[in-house]
Amino acid sequence: MVNRAASRRRIDLRWVGLLPFAVFAGLFLILPTLYIVVGAFRTPQGGFTFQNILDLNTPSIRSAYWVSIKVSFLSALFGCLIGFGMAAAITVGGLPKRIREPLLTFSGVASNFAGVPLAFAFIATIGPAGLITLWLRQDFGINLRAYGWNLLSTPGLIVTYLFFQIPLMVLIITPALDGLRREWREAASILGASAWQYWRMVGLPILFPSLLGTMALLFANAFGAVATAIALTGPSLNIAPILLFAQIRGDVLGSPNLGYALALGMIVITGLANALYIWLRTRSERWLK
Amino acid sequence: MMRVWAWGALLFGCMYFALPLIGMTEFSLSMRRGEYSFDAYRVVLADPRFQATFAYSVVMALVTIAFGVLLVVPTAYWVRLKLPKARPWVEFITLLPLVIPAIVVVFGYIRLYNTSSVLPLTGSVMGTNLLLMFGYATLALPYMYRSVDTGLRTIDVATLTEAAQSLGAGWVTILGRVILPNVLASVLSGAFLTFAIVIGEFTMAALLDRPAFGPYMQILGANRAYEPAALAVIAFGITWACMGLIGLVNRFSRHTQAKR
Repeated sequence: MVNRAASRRRIDLRWVGLLPFAVFAGLFLILPTLYIVVGAFRTPQGGFTFQNILDLNTPSIRSAYWVSIKVSFLSALFGCLIGFGMAAAITVGGLPKRIREPLLTFSGVASNFAGVPLAFAFIATIGPAGLITLWLRQDFGINLRAYGWNLLSTPGLIVTYLFFQIPLMVLIITPALDGLRREWREAASILGASAWQYWRMVGLPILFPSLLGTMALLFANAFGAVATAIALTGPSLNIAPILLFAQIRGDVLGSPNLGYALALGMIVITGLANALYIWLRTRSERWLK
Repeated sequence: MMRVWAWGALLFGCMYFALPLIGMTEFSLSMRRGEYSFDAYRVVLADPRFQATFAYSVVMALVTIAFGVLLVVPTAYWVRLKLPKARPWVEFITLLPLVIPAIVVVFGYIRLYNTSSVLPLTGSVMGTNLLLMFGYATLALPYMYRSVDTGLRTIDVATLTEAAQSLGAGWVTILGRVILPNVLASVLSGAFLTFAIVIGEFTMAALLDRPAFGPYMQILGANRAYEPAALAVIAFGITWACMGLIGLVNRFSRHTQAKR
């Protein structure tokens, strides 16, 4: 009896070491999020309701989510394709070895170069008076505007987001490509497979969970981005993070609880994308370890 | 054939990365009509609001780093040494800031710590600064924790602790003079990454209404033409410097480990 009580107390003492971390995470991560989640299911009087969630179904909020999802999905898709191309080039593409390290270093920098300055860089490049815009107009007589190009729009947002999506893809997928064993390719070619057949039937199926998982991660990455979008387009573009920003600043929806529901929608979407990423990553580790 | 495609993909990607960097540099230098000059930089650097907001963000970054190290190093150490069972949970919590958008977290802060709450942090300037610092620490938590935890993996925590204890060291001595120096490279990596994140952070600072560098850049961007490009060049330089320092620290630590 005495022994068991003593051992229990020792266990208790060990957990005390986690107290600072638990208090910090509780106060500044879990509780604030829970407050939003619970608020989404409450009436202004404090009762329980699903009305806030149902109220999200207005044309303006629906379109904000839809545009956000579209921008995030397309920037994730192109980021995946281009990033995979570059990562494949430096791993299995037979390029000189010394290109690899600088590209990975640069990817580390570029994937962290987001937010307000990134928007400035793109305004200075393909904005209305940007370097490429002027160059095309003066030297080739091509007026990008006449072709419907506008940086302050959804395509502009996608092009800008790609600047941090591509390097993130390169950083995540390069180790996966390194994990493709030389033996697999040799085995395939001994059995008479062409390079195309090897990729279609061996390489890509093994990489597929990694590719899809990384795409989910890139999606979540773009979906939560606020600063770049605001610096690029101001409050004019109707996407979910900008709408939430305006709601927090000045209750533009006219109901605090509707604001919580809007935020909850964002958590659900990024949460699902991340869950997909984690699930697919554990699957991909069966082969690539 | 393969090699042609590889070069193609690489060149396309490099063009994509290079053009905005060239664009912003060129733009930042062309404030004076007809010739290149550093006028935009001169204007920005002389702006008292630039100096004030930049200094504010630097101080915030340093305080965040100090707090993050004090929180993460003992926690990660303790989990490795005494509570391996708790590791998946702690790791899960440290990854949550990557899942929950920063704008949602700060939304919660504003509602939870307003002037009529139990802990009215937003009621005073110092309280709001503190809240912003905790917010930044939350944003940096995934990177800091993973970095320190990776560092701890490379050393024998249990043996070092027992050796220190048998020589009569207390917990503070063990952490400060045995564990910390051994994982210093990882701590510094996490610190530089935290610096890069905090220095230009916009969402939290803007919504908590603090005069940080991120909101200043955004306001300047909405009102000026050439100065924002100069700021972008400066910000890119800072990010580059932080990543460069991380690389340097890692190379240096690998070097010393090889000697041992």
